[in-house]
Amino acid sequence: MSAFNAIGEEREIDREEFTPGIEPQPTWCPGCGDFGVLKALKQALPEVGRTPEETLLVTGIGCSGKLNSYLDSYGFHTIHGRSLPVARAAKLANPGLEVIAAGGDGDGYGIGGNHFMHTARENHDMTYVVFNNEIFGLTKGQTSPTSPKGHKSKTQPHGSAKEPIRPLSLALTSGASYVARTAAVNPNQAKEILTEAIQHDGFAHIDFLTQCPTWNKDARQYVPYTDVQDSDDYDFDVHDRVEAQEAMRTAEEALYEGEVLTGRFYVDETRPSYQGEKQRIGEMPETPLAERYFDDDYEWERAYDEFIDKHR
Amino acid sequence: MTESELIWRISGGSGDGIASTSQNFAKALMRSGLHVFTHRHYPSRIRGGHTYTEIRASSEPVKSRGNGYNFLLALGDSFARNPQEDAYYGNEELKPLSENLDELREGGVIVYDSGLLDAGEIEEFDRRAEENNWHVYPIDLRGMAREQGREVMRNTAGVGVTCALIGMDLEYIQDLMREAMPEKILEPNLEILQTAYDQVKEEHDPDAHDVAVPSGEHDEPQLLLSGSEAISYGAIDEGCRFIAGYPMTPWTEVFTIMTQSMSQLGGISEQVEDEIAAAALALGASHAGVKAMSGSSGGGFALMSEPLGLAEMTETPVVFVEAMRAGPSTGMPTKTEQGDLEHVLYTSQGDTHRVVFAPGTVEEAYDQTRTAFRIAYEYQIPAIVLYDQKLGGELISVPESTFDREPNPDLGSTLTEAELEDAPHNAAGKYERYQHDVADGVSPRSLPGQKGGRFLASGNEHEPSGHISESPENRVAQVDRRSQKVEAIRADLDDEGNQTPHGPEDAEYGILTWGSQQGTVEEAVDELNAAGHSVKSLGVSDLVPYPVEEVEAFLESVDEVLVVEMNASAQFRGLTQKELGRYGEKLSSLLKYNGNPFEPADIVDGFESTMIDGNDDVPGIETTFVPAAGD
Ligand SMILES: Cc1ncc(C[n+]2csc(CCOP(=O)(O)OP(=O)(O)O)c2C)c(N)n1
Ligand code: SF4
Repeated sequence: MSAFNAIGEEREIDREEFTPGIEPQPTWCPGCGDFGVLKALKQALPEVGRTPEETLLVTGIGCSGKLNSYLDSYGFHTIHGRSLPVARAAKLANPGLEVIAAGGDGDGYGIGGNHFMHTARENHDMTYVVFNNEIFGLTKGQTSPTSPKGHKSKTQPHGSAKEPIRPLSLALTSGASYVARTAAVNPNQAKEILTEAIQHDGFAHIDFLTQCPTWNKDARQYVPYTDVQDSDDYDFDVHDRVEAQEAMRTAEEALYEGEVLTGRFYVDETRPSYQGEKQRIGEMPETPLAERYFDDDYEWERAYDEFIDKHR
Repeated sequence: MTESELIWRISGGSGDGIASTSQNFAKALMRSGLHVFTHRHYPSRIRGGHTYTEIRASSEPVKSRGNGYNFLLALGDSFARNPQEDAYYGNEELKPLSENLDELREGGVIVYDSGLLDAGEIEEFDRRAEENNWHVYPIDLRGMAREQGREVMRNTAGVGVTCALIGMDLEYIQDLMREAMPEKILEPNLEILQTAYDQVKEEHDPDAHDVAVPSGEHDEPQLLLSGSEAISYGAIDEGCRFIAGYPMTPWTEVFTIMTQSMSQLGGISEQVEDEIAAAALALGASHAGVKAMSGSSGGGFALMSEPLGLAEMTETPVVFVEAMRAGPSTGMPTKTEQGDLEHVLYTSQGDTHRVVFAPGTVEEAYDQTRTAFRIAYEYQIPAIVLYDQKLGGELISVPESTFDREPNPDLGSTLTEAELEDAPHNAAGKYERYQHDVADGVSPRSLPGQKGGRFLASGNEHEPSGHISESPENRVAQVDRRSQKVEAIRADLDDEGNQTPHGPEDAEYGILTWGSQQGTVEEAVDELNAAGHSVKSLGVSDLVPYPVEEVEAFLESVDEVLVVEMNASAQFRGLTQKELGRYGEKLSSLLKYNGNPFEPADIVDGFESTMIDGNDDVPGIETTFVPAAGD
């Protein structure tokens, strides 16, 4: 018998399980793109067959970091930029969990940029959703790593002198095996991409465009929304790195011109996940480590004699 | 100081195999029935640069490196820079001989490799040798090694010469070589050992000096190991199966030992991008239901400050180790200090609580690491094991029974799915993981994946189900509950006897110390009492919660107290005064912060000149005295 009965339970999961309706209501501003991510997630999770109990949603700090307050799963609301290291260890400790990390562009591409690069490089089997609103929302509208060059804010009154970061390209070069961009204003595609990303065995990065009507009214890509909603079937060659790179570059440049290109940019189904690699080289047990503590038959003293022997 | 003890020092250049040779020799001495204690001194360089290891061996248990030493084996620095290349570093080639002379005792023995070193180049060498009655043996160890096998084997020749001069049987060394060396190099090494031994026996008279190997017998089987190893075994026995880290001396030792163990024991080790990530990974693994640890040294631990606070706020059990070296910043990477105490006590914002242990010996390092895990998982609080380069690196013989090896996989206050059925849930069906009113402040946790256990762990202040809350009532309830745990832990730890008294109970003076200085202080106390003074000591290793009652009773029982620690700002004395709220007039400090640990003699001299003779200055530059305030 498993120590975690909720894991792997086969049953029909209905959408309401992730929203009983008596949880705190989101404190996001009216019209915020974050609502779109929450909605897409609530639709995607039952779709992939995961119960609220086997889902662990790890977030950072920011408006986006509050996501797991409104989703009825297990959650860990961590500190600014650190959702990924927390999430990947939880997955290593208990691979039975469906681990999803989420945070903002400041959170994920700024303060947590180092972790982003390394988690992608390791190709952990998890999903990472970055709410990209090109602004710091929660701290009231400062320039973020994805704000366009020339963007004016109280902390960059002369307009930013920096080029924005290219999250898709960065994910690809760092080693992510699934890279996509979708938008809150495009709910159908968002749900589809989330579903796919969660099912992907490896590090799936989603640059999720979320409008911030409070601090970033001028972001060009959100006007007009209808263009974005039409962009469901973007025809990227998703398995070829070079072509994916090219498509990403176009999309990343076009974004600041007001054209929103979304879709799945890259999928590599052949690259083994980090967990798989670690098991292959004998650095990680086949059964979930977390199960051991509940397993009365597990032999805790195994191999210990060898250690003592070398001190004699 | 009797000559019934051998303190053997082997010196050379980094990369010359000093560490491995000395480790083997220490083991051989232990196997012959002696108690051993080793001390390592090395520079922050990979190859070249003067390094030495000291091995103290005695038929009686030894608690410190001792005072000075009586046998020098100087190998020469084979990686030394060109001596003509003028010398910021001095003449490195000669350093293994010249640098070690100051601490060599009268009547001591010097063996130096005349194939590499020339004593004639050292100023006043002959005069000093004569004055100090040193017995000098220039022996071409390099030549000997070259003849039989390879030059690098001159270590072995040196050990052979040593054995001949101190009257030690070769069998222990030979056995070790047979166990450890691959066939190919075993034969030439055995040959070199024997040749060196025979040659010295033939050409010299070992009775010309008083330095000899003592003989002894152990009451029970002994093991030779370091503080870093003891910490690792403590963690393993307590069921730790996840470690994450980033290398930094001297924490790297625990990280490396644990990593090797984890892959053998079916655990997981992760070397990650930085210390923030390392600490955060440990939290993630613990959150998911595995006993986890991380750690670092000063600068790396500074980066862990925020994850540490997250662990405190989310009540995620975790153990961190902090291996001190001299700071601030990168300080002196290979030198020891106890300067991170305040850093570890106070880092992280807000009203925070953590448990801090500072083991004083290798045995305590094992026990207290176990206790750290037990407390962390029982009370859902980060526990820190604070130690230093000295305790981490020195090899000591300890009775095998030190390690009870009873595994403890108990996750402490963690509920099973069955228990969760009866646990309180909110209206939305979430488990109330952070309940307001619970005994000892401990609200049991559930694990992701468990049925009926859903909750949100949040680094923001949160209500019972974990949701963010800024309600004043909830805030006060949560802060009070988290604080309550500290009193419960204090009561719990009172049974552990982590404080170590030493010396006559009715002594007039007291020496208070913490962490790795404990053994050295105890030897100093013995020397002081033998010299007619009346002194006792208390080694404190529960730092948070502070053992108020025990320390207070100790301070009350003596007239004056000297606090001994290795930092410049008397951090432990400050903590003691803060915790006890008084005694400013009773506590003076003896401090050492030059990178090297105290020798018992430093403490004896410091005590006599200050406490007895009433000086405010301690002779010599090694230690500093800070008198008591307000009297
Ligand atoms: C170490 C640290 N630095 C700064 C902050 C303050 N802070 C909170 S949220 C945030 C910016 C978040 O921006 P983003 O990630 O883009 O998220 P959004 O609010 O736009 O969703 C900052 C700087 C913090 N909480 N921690
Ligand atoms: S500030 Fe912006 S990102 Fe934050 S909730 Fe409001 S609209 Fe959303």
